[in-house]
Amino acid sequence: MPGGNVRDVRRRVRSVQNIQQITRAMKFVAASKLRRAQDRIFSARPYANRMLAVLNSLAARANPELHPLLVQRDGDKVMLVVVTSDRGLCGAFSSNIIKAATRYIREENINETISLTLVGRKGADWFRHRPWPVRHEYVNIMSRVDLKYAQEISRSIIDYYLAGELDAIYLVYNEFKSVVQQNVVIEKVLPIQRLDFDDQEEVLLDHIYEQPPSVLFDHLLERHVETQVFRAMLESEAAEHGSRMTAMDAATRNAKDMIESLTLRMNRMRQTSITTEIIEIIGGAEALVEDK
Amino acid sequence: MAEKIELEIVTPEQLLFSGEVEEVVVPGSEGYLGILPGHAPLLSELQIGVISYRRDSQETKVFCSRGFVEVLPDRVSILAEAAELPDQINVEQARAHQMQAEQLLRSDDPDTDYAQALLDLREAQIRLDLAEQSTAT
Repeated sequence: MPGGNVRDVRRRVRSVQNIQQITRAMKFVAASKLRRAQDRIFSARPYANRMLAVLNSLAARANPELHPLLVQRDGDKVMLVVVTSDRGLCGAFSSNIIKAATRYIREENINETISLTLVGRKGADWFRHRPWPVRHEYVNIMSRVDLKYAQEISRSIIDYYLAGELDAIYLVYNEFKSVVQQNVVIEKVLPIQRLDFDDQEEVLLDHIYEQPPSVLFDHLLERHVETQVFRAMLESEAAEHGSRMTAMDAATRNAKDMIESLTLRMNRMRQTSITTEIIEIIGGAEALVEDK
Repeated sequence: MAEKIELEIVTPEQLLFSGEVEEVVVPGSEGYLGILPGHAPLLSELQIGVISYRRDSQETKVFCSRGFVEVLPDRVSILAEAAELPDQINVEQARAHQMQAEQLLRSDDPDTDYAQALLDLREAQIRLDLAEQSTAT
């Protein structure tokens, strides 16, 4: 039955059109969210970078005994803070992060000592079924990135480090490069990294501390960890919208191609069936003429 | 006055200033600190107050609320939790905060956080003073 087949194809065209409408809408929503997220990360970056620079120069100069967070430990009790997205349909965004995190665990050979803090539902769902212990899970916070979550996460990080439960903490997240490009970054948060100076004399230069160093460092380091975590979350948010926009743009384009090829097929089928019918009618008419 | 020192003022919201200046005064938590080029390395917390810096003999004042300052001989980095130029100050909001804080201080509710209310009041007053000064001149 060629006629029935045409109807099937037409139904498929319509369903692809519906999907295309959704992907196109998602693309526009992502684009407008991206603009806001981009503004936030651009204005947060200078502060975070400056903070890191100050901390690095401080860590290089200050006596490590001044504060426990400045002490470098060589242990292998590592925790990764893995930042993924809460929602799907954003291309390889979350799977890139998950891949990078698992590769890191394998390469550093820390299978036994690793633990995780997961931000975002995608990462949480995936790592739940893996053998590595999960310390904290933060799900459904990426749609509204707020400083208070960053504070909560950084507090727990600092507590673990001070208690000696962890020797190093890394952030794994997507850095927002541009709308079409995200970079997976693995960044050390604690212990604070020392800056290497070429000039040894500069290293010997220590600061005057206006307040007792322990108090000062307490506040400064707390603020620093908070800032870095918050920045990672903002980067990831902007990158996620960018990634979703690209993915949905590609999906919309694919839908268009598919509609075109299906429509072509449908028309061809319709034409064939018409041709066959005409031939049949002509054949029938000729048979009648011959009969006379 | 050929010598200059690099100054950078950043907050979580914005990069407020970056450039070379002749002198900076910051509200350290133990009192105001004047910084000239070649200052000894120093690290201090900041309290609520006014940062002022001089550039080409022109003085600029900036509201600042808590944070840190790192001084190196050739560079001053100010990491403030909040900082605003006089024309960025939201006068109405500051006034509202002032009223709110005053109300809290007058209340006899034992749960009132007086220390916090006092800080809020101070913050609002400094903002208002600074905004007023800049419109007066």
